Amino acid sequence: MGSSFSRGSGCRYRGVVMNSGTTPPNQAAWFDVVAGGPLTLLQDAGRPGYAHLGVTASGAADRAAYTAANRLVGNRPGAACLETVFGGLELVVRHTALLAVTGAPAFVIVTRAAGSADKGEAATEPCIPAARETVVPTGYSFTVWPGDRVRLVAPERGLRNYVAVRGGFDAEPTLGSRSTDVLSRLGPPAIAAGDHLAVADEAGEWPAAESIPPRRSIDGPALLHVTRGPRDDWFGDSGWQTLLSGTWTVGIESNRVGIRLGGERRIDRLPGRGGELPSEGMVAGAVQVPPSGQPVVFLRDHPVTGGYPVIGVLTAAALDAAAQLRPGDSVRLAASVASNVSAAD
Amino acid sequence: MAAPVILPVGGSAVLIELPVLASADTTKAGSTHVGASSANVPLGASAAAKPIDLYRALRATAPSWVTELVPAATTVLVVFDRASVGLTPLLAWIDRALSAPAAPSAVAASAAAALGSLVEIATRYDGADLATVAELAGLTVDGVIAAHSEQTWTADFIGFAPGFAYLSGENDLLAAPRRSTPRPVVPAGSVALAAGYCGIYPRESPGGWHLIGTTTASLWDARRTEPALLAPGTRVRFVPDE
Repeated sequence: MGSSFSRGSGCRYRGVVMNSGTTPPNQAAWFDVVAGGPLTLLQDAGRPGYAHLGVTASGAADRAAYTAANRLVGNRPGAACLETVFGGLELVVRHTALLAVTGAPAFVIVTRAAGSADKGEAATEPCIPAARETVVPTGYSFTVWPGDRVRLVAPERGLRNYVAVRGGFDAEPTLGSRSTDVLSRLGPPAIAAGDHLAVADEAGEWPAAESIPPRRSIDGPALLHVTRGPRDDWFGDSGWQTLLSGTWTVGIESNRVGIRLGGERRIDRLPGRGGELPSEGMVAGAVQVPPSGQPVVFLRDHPVTGGYPVIGVLTAAALDAAAQLRPGDSVRLAASVASNVSAAD
Repeated sequence: MAAPVILPVGGSAVLIELPVLASADTTKAGSTHVGASSANVPLGASAAAKPIDLYRALRATAPSWVTELVPAATTVLVVFDRASVGLTPLLAWIDRALSAPAAPSAVAASAAAALGSLVEIATRYDGADLATVAELAGLTVDGVIAAHSEQTWTADFIGFAPGFAYLSGENDLLAAPRRSTPRPVVPAGSVALAAGYCGIYPRESPGGWHLIGTTTASLWDARRTEPALLAPGTRVRFVPDE
């Protein structure tokens, strides 16, 4: 898989030579979108540096999976990928491309067009069907040819997949990023049937690997590590222990802004903490506790300020893991002692 | 006198909390609820009276490893690149900003002047809640217009939506709470009051503030070099537009 191209000065895809400096015939349409699935957005490394103007950094929700997808196709860091939930995304290929899909464990079904790919093999095998399917698991790069149809199957578990194309998907950047921020409504609209996807010029060195090892799969509740503070003093040790004890269930009202955690228990404020906290700056991974006592974990499209006290903040790895949680999933939180700022140095 | 404290916010951010002021003047109020967590880092006496002043001092001297500076009502959030800086230089930089002398350096002064630029906003005082605000303030409608347009407002921080500035005034003549029922749709350019602040809706959105007027000024345009008309520290005068 993914071995059908050779490395060299020009990229060679089984006889199709593409000079890196050549403008493609139709930059506006490298892929035609047949179906967008439940939600497909363009995402890159986001637009940090504008929070003081009310704009959150946004960017890929599962940053490790996004980075891996770009690396598998040899893109420069920051190239835009498609971030899609629950499968269902379906594309028709117009120009030869190197793709990779990462994130939640899933499969890509590539339906080869009659007479386009593997033409030589087909000529010597007259019995071969007019179209045939190849199944590619997440974590591999693979080449697609004009006319091929690429369909993403819903993941077995987890939520988000990242589709990278060598060169990166293109769109007009907003404040230096192609990411869609669903809270601020910045960036390109969601990918929908009938759209045409263009490829940008973000290709870097050829990738060093054609596959990445699958993520370790854990049976039972997902485990998220969290550092304490800044407003843990609103809840005391008892509130902190309530957060860390037992399992929470991911609520249905969850999106790129945040996920709601529900459960039998509630994290109560200490006596005398009945008032409101003046709004203060928020970060991705912040675990806010509203008066209901049921926490909300902020993801990448979080508001830049918030008025509920933040009892703790997820580690970077836990933030990525949280982005893969589905409504109904069970979650446990555990104290992280290593990543807190106060424990550094 | 309460000292500023630094609170941990995960692995790559800290929250600087300043003592709450009794009012808009520089009188420092008593102790606040800081210092309960063992992780808190107490700092020395502060010359910066308000978060916006500390924000200006930090912004003027920010090293390249600072990725975000977010002022708010009583705090400034500092997000930094954990791979490029350790806790010691981070805290040293924050401490210098907190103890910046009253007479700022030439660099800081020019940066502060740029941040504190004055923007005039032509406003039609035709808001649906003008009479309600007058009643709450014990003023006539003309009195509300005068009180609103005859003081200079300062953007303390931005939140809620891109370019939505929380403007604090020089007095509290127009103190109004949020409306008990938010409106599902507030038009872009609406000038509104709530919770001790004035705000201008950069675009159509739901909103719970009392509407007193409208402006055609473009508060937010992502294609501009300066996308937000009002940044933290920007001073604003509302000019009645007949």
